[in-house]
Amino acid sequence: MRKYSWFNTVSLTFGFAFLYIPMIILVIFSFNESKLVTVWGGFSTKWYGELMQNDAFLDAAWVTIKVAVISSTIATVLGTMAAFVLVRAGRFRGRTLFSGMIYAPLVMPEVITGLSLLLLFIAIGLDRGATTIVLAHATFSMCYVSVVVSSRMASFDESLEEAALDLGCTAWDAFKSVTLPIIAPAVASGWLLAFTLSLDDLVIASFTAGPSSTTLPIKIYSSVRLGVSPEINALSTLIIGLVTIGVLIASVTSKRSIQKQKRDELLADH
Amino acid sequence: MNTAAPFEPWTDETATPLIEFSNVTKRYGEFTAIDQVDLKIYPKEFFALLGPSGCGKTTLMRMLGGFETVTEGTITIDGVDMKGIPPNKRAVNMMFQSYALFPHLTVADNLAFGLKRSNMPKSEIDGRVEEMLRLVQLQKFAHRKPHQMSGGQRQRVALARALAKAPKLLLLDEPLGALDKKLRQETQFELMDIQEKTGTTFVIVTHDQEEAMTVASRIAVMDHGKLKQVDTPDRVYEVPNSVYVADFIGDVNIIEGQVTKVQGDTAELLWGEGKPSIRGMAGNNLSSQTSGAFAVRPEKVAIFTEEPADRHNRVTGMVEDIAYLGNMSTYYVRLENGALIKSQVANDRRIAHRSITWNDTVWLSWTDTAGIVLAS
Repeated sequence: MRKYSWFNTVSLTFGFAFLYIPMIILVIFSFNESKLVTVWGGFSTKWYGELMQNDAFLDAAWVTIKVAVISSTIATVLGTMAAFVLVRAGRFRGRTLFSGMIYAPLVMPEVITGLSLLLLFIAIGLDRGATTIVLAHATFSMCYVSVVVSSRMASFDESLEEAALDLGCTAWDAFKSVTLPIIAPAVASGWLLAFTLSLDDLVIASFTAGPSSTTLPIKIYSSVRLGVSPEINALSTLIIGLVTIGVLIASVTSKRSIQKQKRDELLADH
Repeated sequence: MNTAAPFEPWTDETATPLIEFSNVTKRYGEFTAIDQVDLKIYPKEFFALLGPSGCGKTTLMRMLGGFETVTEGTITIDGVDMKGIPPNKRAVNMMFQSYALFPHLTVADNLAFGLKRSNMPKSEIDGRVEEMLRLVQLQKFAHRKPHQMSGGQRQRVALARALAKAPKLLLLDEPLGALDKKLRQETQFELMDIQEKTGTTFVIVTHDQEEAMTVASRIAVMDHGKLKQVDTPDRVYEVPNSVYVADFIGDVNIIEGQVTKVQGDTAELLWGEGKPSIRGMAGNNLSSQTSGAFAVRPEKVAIFTEEPADRHNRVTGMVEDIAYLGNMSTYYVRLENGALIKSQVANDRRIAHRSITWNDTVWLSWTDTAGIVLAS
């Protein structure tokens, strides 16, 4: 084992402190008895209880999850289709333009995306609400899905699809029973990416949300402007917990699948 | 077999071909990949398409599978024009160069994949899968995934999957390319065995001439989208119809010169002022008083230390190099006109007894029928 020098130890400590101290403080104060956020009044879980009684937060959470699930599903379908066409269709007129246009929204400032969507919704007379947030989120997150899926598609052996056709599949059957199962991990991670993007989006959602539908980030942001309450701390702690669990599960499964792969390769040589 | 007639349907005028290319051309924009190909392949043939990369052999095969369209001309399989028929509607299966095994399915599911999409009753599918596993001796591996198998095993799964639907025609795209040399040689015989057992017509694409010679009943040598010669392996080797074919198949010595006499089967070539002419078999469409080339295989060139006065074909030169290959040695002899001629001699004696060494003046000779005079 290599011994760490004092320099490495110090920089490591500072780095992690910089990253995690704000979150640790937030978590600690979510268990604060006192209503004052900055004064410690003893341990309590009462803010979690109050959070569960707060309909405004629960409604916002519910809207956020609904929006995230629906928009990321739409984005995944559209993004996968776009990736499929861009990788597979070969050279066609304007291909470079099309693939450029897919990637452009990735670097577009969110404010501009939000504003242009808002103008569009007003122009076509669509009332702002959960629907418009879903449409807006699907629009900007499908680019991310398309990037993730097309990088997988690029390394996809096309003869697999030809083999499926050769063995009697129609084009759709070949896609459904060969291509899709193989690119499924990329599609799934595209969906997850779209889902998380939608979950924590504040800017675009605030442009496209209506009075009846508020997402959690909007709700948190607007209530913080009136002062930070311990309830917000409790809510944030719950979100941190969820994300941590998600990341842990993802890394454990991927580690397991790598180990399985190694075992299989060993098996193949015998 | 009650008749001892050899399998040569191509010599029989009345035989019906399984595949017929008539005047087939394939263009990609300006580039002509296949140039006016006429070709008949007969049932139960093991037909090899041989050529360097980019010669159009793969395109020709993919047109049979339905993966490439024909620009001009027609392809018929079993008398049916294949124009517009997609791959899934053809009684043709293909074994891909990359094997294209479905990584998310087990070996058994890979084999059943095509059967499930045919009109075979469900109850018979398992039996057929079992039968195919037995054919390629992989019964123990039915529940493995492709990545849990070695290259040779995957190759056999790919073969079994392509044969499972009992196609009229099996296309093999460089099937042994990914295997090491020893395994490749074993698999060649296995392939021939399976072809014979199943009675399927095989069309194989390869750039390995040894492989084509071993497995095929006939070989088509291709270059730049054209068929240069379509013939049995021995005729392609012994009676090439052009310098290109002679040079592509095996090792060859080429001596260029002037054709001086064509008489029936024999021809003579003058290759240097004041030198005796070289006599050999006359190639196709050879006419006198044109420039030509004499082609002779190194193993048909004998090497002597004294002038073999009783032979018509004899040239002299100096040993420039000797390649010792264990079972045989190749002598590289430089002639006076600068041409380098190879002579291959079986090492039937120990190396210590070898009488010829570097810089020796030697005589090379071959019989009147050993080589062929070709129009150049």
